[in-house]
Parts: sequence; C-alpha cells; structure tokens
Amino acid sequence: MSNVPEELAYSAEHEWVSGEPDAGAEVTIGITEHAAQALGDIVYVEAPRVGDTVIAGEVCGELESTKAVSELYSPVSGTVTAVNEGLESSPETINSDAYGDGWIFKVEVSETATDLLDAEAYAATVE
Amino acid sequence: MSDATLRSPLHDQHVALGATLVPFAGWEMPVRYTGDIAEHTAVRTAAGLFDLSHMGEISVRGDGAEAFLDHALAGRMSAVALWGAKYTMLCTPAGGVIDDLIVYRRDWDHFIIVANAANKDVVVAELSARLEGFDATLEDISAEVALIAVQGPLAEGIVARMCTRGDDDIRAMRYYSAANVLLSGDIHAFVARTGYTGEDGFELFVDADEAAAVWALALETGAADGIVPCGLSSRDTLRLEAGMPLYGQELTRDTTPFDAGLGRIVAFGTAAKPRGDFVGREALLRAKVEGPSRVLVGLVGDGRRAARAGYPVLDADGAAVGVVTSGAPSPTLGRPIAMAYVPASLAEPGTVVGIDVRGRREDMTVTALPFYSRAS
Repeated sequence: MSNVPEELAYSAEHEWVSGEPDAGAEVTIGITEHAAQALGDIVYVEAPRVGDTVIAGEVCGELESTKAVSELYSPVSGTVTAVNEGLESSPETINSDAYGDGWIFKVEVSETATDLLDAEAYAATVE
Repeated sequence: MSDATLRSPLHDQHVALGATLVPFAGWEMPVRYTGDIAEHTAVRTAAGLFDLSHMGEISVRGDGAEAFLDHALAGRMSAVALWGAKYTMLCTPAGGVIDDLIVYRRDWDHFIIVANAANKDVVVAELSARLEGFDATLEDISAEVALIAVQGPLAEGIVARMCTRGDDDIRAMRYYSAANVLLSGDIHAFVARTGYTGEDGFELFVDADEAAAVWALALETGAADGIVPCGLSSRDTLRLEAGMPLYGQELTRDTTPFDAGLGRIVAFGTAAKPRGDFVGREALLRAKVEGPSRVLVGLVGDGRRAARAGYPVLDADGAAVGVVTSGAPSPTLGRPIAMAYVPASLAEPGTVVGIDVRGRREDMTVTALPFYSRAS
C-alpha cells in the first residue's frame, strides 16, 4: 500500500497539495505515491512554466513513463511561481520521493480551493 | 475482473516479492516487481526471470499431427526437425492473423503449440475445427504447464547450472531449438532457446506443481549473476526494442503476415518442396503478389514525448495516414520508439512523419527494425 501523508491535501486526480490552499498563499504540488507507482518509472515530466495561469481541475502538463502517459492536473487555480527544475534531468525522483524532492510545481493560489480531499478521503479512493 | 480471474502457480511468489499485479488477458500477473527500467536493463546486461504461465500451451499428437499442422498453420511444421521450433501464425481463410504462435517438435508425432493468453481459447477452438479428417488429437494443457523464461546474456550459464542432467545440451543448444533436461530437485523440464526480449534466453516448460521450485532455483542459481524477476511492463519494452510484434497491436485479424513484414513465415512450397493446400493459402498468395497497402515500420523520435498505440500518423500536410501500434520511451536508446502502419509511400527509412501526440505534433523518423540487436 502506498503512503498518504496526513498533513497534505489531495485531488481526485492524484495530485497532492502542501500548504493551505487559500487565496494569496503559495502551495507546492506533486503527484501521489499511488499515482507514481501506477505509472512506473517516470522518464519525462512536462510541467507548466513559471508565470503560467493554471485552473483547478484542468490539465497543465503530463508525465511519461516507459509504460504509460498520464496528464498532470492542477489541483488549484492560480499562477505558477516555481517548477522543480531537477525533474528535467532526474524525473525518477518522483518515483523515489513523491512527497519530497519529487515535487513538481508551486502556485500562488488565486481562489481558495474548497474541494480538495483530506488524507483519509483520498486514501479511500485508491484502496 | 471477477471470480474468473486466473492466477499463476507462482502467484504467492509474486506477492512475496512485492510485485504489482494487474489484470492481463483474464489473468492476474505481475506488471513489475521493483522498477520497469531496472528490470529491462537486467535483461539487456545480465538476466531476467519471467513468469509466462498465462501463455497457452496446446499439445498435438498422432501420426497425422504434422499433416494437420501443415494444413492448419501458415508455416510448414513438417519441415521442423525433432527438438526444433518455429515461429508461425494461425490465419483465417481470408489471410488475417488469429494468433502468432511458436510450435515446438517434441517427437515425430508430438508438437507443443504456445499461444497468447488472450487468444488461447480461440486458438484451441479454431484448431479443433480444422482437425477433422486428420489422424491427430489436440489437448489444451495450459493449466498443467507453467512456463518460466530466463532471458539475457547470462541466461545460458544460469540455466545450465540449474540442470543436473542436460547442461551440455543447454550450452550447445541453437536458437529456436529445445531439449529435455533434468533440473536440480529431480524436476523434468522441456527447455527451448526461445524468447521475446531480443536477448539470448531460454523458456522452461515444467509441471505447474513444480513451478515454485523452478522459480526459486532460477533466482538462487542466478543470484550471483544478478538475475532479476521481471514483469509484463519490461517484457513489452524489451520486445518493442527487438521489433517483435504483439498480437492485438501489430497483428490482428485485419492484418496479414505480409502487412506486418512477416510474409517469410508463410510457406507456399517450392518445386523441390511442394506444399499442399492450407487454410488461407489463396488469400495469402494474393496478399503476397499484390503487396501490402500499408507497411509496418519502426519510428524513432528526437523529442521526449512518446507515440503510443492508437495515435494517428500524420503526413507533411497534417493528414492522418497511418496509426501507431506500439510505442514507448526506449530504456536502451533513451529516445521514443514506436511501430506503426503507414502507406508504402512513407515507409522508406529516413522519411520523417508526424505523430499526433495528444493534440500536438511530434516528428519521428522511419527506421529499419529492430531498434535493438544484441551483439552476436
């Protein structure tokens, strides 16, 4: 069974959000260990770019493994403030440390997110 | 998946190894144990161990067995030597591929056919229907047989060391031939030098009851050589790099062997070695003479976004003119590779085509198959 940290919030599309997703705040976003395991070895990440506007529930990038490809959804609306440049050369970091060094991008939230799941609710969706 | 899901005799071993199990052709099989790339690389550089117990095995016996198979299959099985093997296809009367098969000759009157898991029941039914009038019997032995593959450059030494009798036969064995050996633990195995990875390797047919012992023996014997259990995911990238077709993707009932560039497996006979009628002969001869309207080609990309099965192939004007049948980022080449059906006019190596990768065009270059060949 994959790890679902208690302190994070989650989207139904298997992204995690670190930090309070309130308007004006900056949050860090990645994909869950469950999603990374389902994809297999990730070999390419197409993340949004700094300055891009992202919208909650909409596609903002993609993740490619040898086995499959998956779209990356933004769990919140706002402006991208940072992307994890280490993933360009080491995308496999998402597999080895999905909740840490495998973070994908940061967003300054424009609209408080109200439909994210807590750890328990997300864990129930992937059981 | 329901109660009907089948489990390999090695199911408990897979669970103990921490495999990710997925539904596959009615079975629950390991897609990976640790990581797809590590498993793929182990087969290219050392050795990998595969559970192929989902594959179908069909035994054909009788004085008329070779005449029956000559009638039923696209290749001429009567030409297969004792302990030899042949890659062949079961075709419809219209020349379409029902399944691709490996046929092994265990005795003058005894053949073993290996079919894809998803097609096994169809193959059994179709062969049974073609059996009438021949002095031969056919038996589905899939449930009693476990198939375990050891693949990779170090496979020969590992399999030879697993034997108490027949290790010399393993070392002397040519590609696409087989032998009976005795494995440590007094286990009888029919071992063939065949595989689906593009590497040297062996496939071991053993009683399902003894699968767990053979699996453990292979892991133990190969440990010092770095043998790694491998799942379906690495099997797919390995066969793709080797340019080997997969039924349901490159091969379907709507493709002939000629479409897939495998016309050589169809034996029409020669003046010196005439061959009688066989199912699909007329249609296949027409396909050969007319030539395929579309050609299966290899594609290599410079970008990082991979073409995947089903994606449209685009010409210079952006018109969809073909379709990708398999595609992935190649672990060995570090670039996206794919196989696709394209019009003959775009099949020349060096031709650049576009692929519609989820709404964005990625260019790929037609290249000769396979993408990867082992050093011989």
